[in-house]
Amino acid sequence: MAERTGMVEKRGAGLWLTHLGLIIGLLFIFFPIWLAFVASTVDQQEIVRPPMPLWPGDKLWENYSEALLSGVNAPVAWMMLNSLVMAMGIAIGKIIISLLSAFAIVYFRFPGRKTFFWLIFLTLMLPVEVRIVPTYEVVAGFGMLNSYSGLIFPLIASATATFLFRQFFMTVPDELAEAARVDGAKPMRFFWDILLPMSRTNIAALFVILFIYGWNQYLWPLLITTDPSMNTIVMGIKQMFPSGDDIADWPVIMATSILAMIPPVIVVISMQRLFIRGLVDSEK
Amino acid sequence: MATVSLKNIKKSFGKTDVIHGVDIDIQEGEFIVIVGPSGCGKSTLLRMVAGLETITAGEVHIDDRKVNDLEPMERDIAMVFQNYALYPHMTVAQNMGYGLKIAGRPKDEIADRVDTAAKLLQLEPYLDRRPRELSGGQRQRVAMGRAIVRKPAVFLFDEPLSNLDAKLRVQMRLEIKQLQRRLGVTSLYVTHDQVEAMTLADRMIVMNAGRADQIGAPLEIYANPATEFVAGFIGSPPTNFFSADLVQTPQTDAKTLGVRPEHMEIVTENARLSGEVLYCEALGAETLVHVRVPNEQVLTVRQSAEKPQPSEGTPIGLNWSANDQMGFDENGKRR
Amino acid sequence: MEKRVTFKGIWLPLLLVLPQIAITAVFFFYPAGQAIWQSLFIPDPFGLSMQYVGLGNFEFLFSDPFYRASFLTTAIFSILVTVVSMGIALYLAVLADRLIKGSGVYRTLLIWPYAVAPAVAGVLWLFMFNTRVGVVTWYLGLLGYDWNHVLNGEEAMGLVVVASAWGRISYNFLFFLAGLQAIPKSVIEAAAIDGAHFWTRFRTIVFPLLSPTTFFLLVVNIVYAFFETFGVIHTITSGGPQQSTTILVYKVYSDGFVGQDLGSSAAQSVVLLVIVGLLTIVQFKFIERRVHY
Repeated sequence: MAERTGMVEKRGAGLWLTHLGLIIGLLFIFFPIWLAFVASTVDQQEIVRPPMPLWPGDKLWENYSEALLSGVNAPVAWMMLNSLVMAMGIAIGKIIISLLSAFAIVYFRFPGRKTFFWLIFLTLMLPVEVRIVPTYEVVAGFGMLNSYSGLIFPLIASATATFLFRQFFMTVPDELAEAARVDGAKPMRFFWDILLPMSRTNIAALFVILFIYGWNQYLWPLLITTDPSMNTIVMGIKQMFPSGDDIADWPVIMATSILAMIPPVIVVISMQRLFIRGLVDSEK
Repeated sequence: MATVSLKNIKKSFGKTDVIHGVDIDIQEGEFIVIVGPSGCGKSTLLRMVAGLETITAGEVHIDDRKVNDLEPMERDIAMVFQNYALYPHMTVAQNMGYGLKIAGRPKDEIADRVDTAAKLLQLEPYLDRRPRELSGGQRQRVAMGRAIVRKPAVFLFDEPLSNLDAKLRVQMRLEIKQLQRRLGVTSLYVTHDQVEAMTLADRMIVMNAGRADQIGAPLEIYANPATEFVAGFIGSPPTNFFSADLVQTPQTDAKTLGVRPEHMEIVTENARLSGEVLYCEALGAETLVHVRVPNEQVLTVRQSAEKPQPSEGTPIGLNWSANDQMGFDENGKRR
Repeated sequence: MEKRVTFKGIWLPLLLVLPQIAITAVFFFYPAGQAIWQSLFIPDPFGLSMQYVGLGNFEFLFSDPFYRASFLTTAIFSILVTVVSMGIALYLAVLADRLIKGSGVYRTLLIWPYAVAPAVAGVLWLFMFNTRVGVVTWYLGLLGYDWNHVLNGEEAMGLVVVASAWGRISYNFLFFLAGLQAIPKSVIEAAAIDGAHFWTRFRTIVFPLLSPTTFFLLVVNIVYAFFETFGVIHTITSGGPQQSTTILVYKVYSDGFVGQDLGSSAAQSVVLLVIVGLLTIVQFKFIERRVHY
């Protein structure tokens, strides 16, 4: 009988096997991260003479402070700030323009509304990777290379968030807007007093997704930030590898890798519920 | 308090006409119920008065002001919605005071008026709660409170009780009526429930397919329906209709005859119609006897429970007084 | 689907959509149009003028053995990444779904890699398999296997596939777990009462009921493998050795920015554009179907 209940309810040996299976999976997931962490706590000598230790050493403080304060090309603290500005800029910028335009297309009838709707629909289809060369030329033409606006604007130009908010606004009962009209609320007042507070959860969920999207960008910052002081941390790691046959400064590189994953990991874990919701919403 | 008058109001969506011209003059403090089946245009009519739908043709006057092109807020009306339309993120007090806040009234005055309304509706203990923490009946009261606080000239109700269970509906119906009497505010009330209409209305408008079939006091309409539709819609169980040829003493100009179930009587002789008992529904105080007549139609007789209940399959006769017989022509108009 | 309520006004809504219109026009439509336009021209060697060549760039592109090889590389890469990451994720999700208590803890731990950028994932895996200092390389050496992805194309492909799939497990796991938890327990209990064993139940009931999720993930993962794995490839192999890991997106980058061949790069962008279009249509067809359920 115990075996038959299988998936319905596991007890005894079966339960332990299930846990064992999951733990093997966790090892596969965490081994690379663990190794990077260990490497960030030992000195270069212990790494270049393989095999490297599998338990953390005592150089954590030295490696991280070296990475943060001087890095290889630029201090990692500075690169993290750049990443933060970029991720926040993309998340906040995209949320603002999307909220406004979704409000317009759902609650107004204006000339060009259908056209606008289809135009932004098209943008859903093209990731920035596909149009990098001409986009680069546009950004260069505006003199926005090595600038925050150059990092942020091209990545805001997509309509996923607009669609998300449109979907949500459509589910807001019509009567709520009517009640607001009867109460004398003008459109922007309704937007501000009623629609925005009601969208709080959606906004937060989307923020989590967009923050990670922005923080983890690689190709775009690689193209437009030639000045090391404008590098973001995720793309800056690769720049820390020496060209040619020199040995890489692994402890500092690995400390940087760990630093690069800390903010998004904190966001994902601490806002897990919102994150999962955002993930599911944005794929609907 | 105000008078409201509708002058030949029409509405069309694109090429489809949904309201074909409605006229009524409403007195100060009067309680008007617009009743009809779903899709008859009753909500659209109310929403045109509210200013939520544009008026295709005709005029709406509130007091002596033509309001066709005014925003809802400028019309001095308040509205109670079917699903209450409470702002989910605001407390009860904030919901009720929102209109006043937008109008820029001082905080003290808002708090005062909200308190007064809350007292009237027994909502005081709930002022700091949010709508989702309230029961259906309480939400309904908050929606009413939001309307009262504004001290409008006209109340508009759009099926305000249809989301409540049967028992609560009866109770709230009574409360609405008392409240309206007490405040004396002119009211327009939309419902599909003819019982609600009968019990609430000073006068009612019976709508059918975009037309006002009849306007009048409930009992007057009940006793004297102007069309076949009104006779069938008002009263439960509905009026029995049958072809005029079926009875021996035909009303010459009528195509269809109608007799209310309570006006029919089961008799053994002098029957105007004969039939066979299909089944009986004993409801306690009264019994509904369903009778199959020669053309296979089934008519209903409503009789007191004290009367003997015929068994199924018994052949019986039906009789009624000539005064209670209503004749309708081929267009459903009363003859 | 339309709202019944609308506010009046023309200028206000136009003002509201203006920021999005402006940004999208400048940073999206203009560059996309440029890509299409440029794909029809070849710049002269000095970059002073452009010569119209019609579909010449495309003809040249498809006659280029490297480009055709890149197509094949992309196909192999995408299929492997999708199969590996979805396989592992499904395995973990099925296990987690069997737990009555504690599946939340595993979920919290398993979503970590989602937060790790593909480029960082690349660095982590590169470190483990580094030919000089990599731990895994060293242990493989002990077993007599000489790992060298810098020289061996198949090993390079294997490494970028594993690194890309690793970062994608969380995403797939979350959707699979949600899909599994949405299957009514009564259906599974009924099957258990009918005497079906675990594997039979999974094959005949769970997996078919999970198919909408699986199909959705299939499309989404292919899109991911196509476009979002640039960071992994760039950090680990830079497309090498001998272009054995040069997927299409990487080639657009290397031809356009490293090789400065704008016409070809633009034509490649247009090809990618068509591929994304097709994938999007597949995805929407699917969503449409899901709505009808």
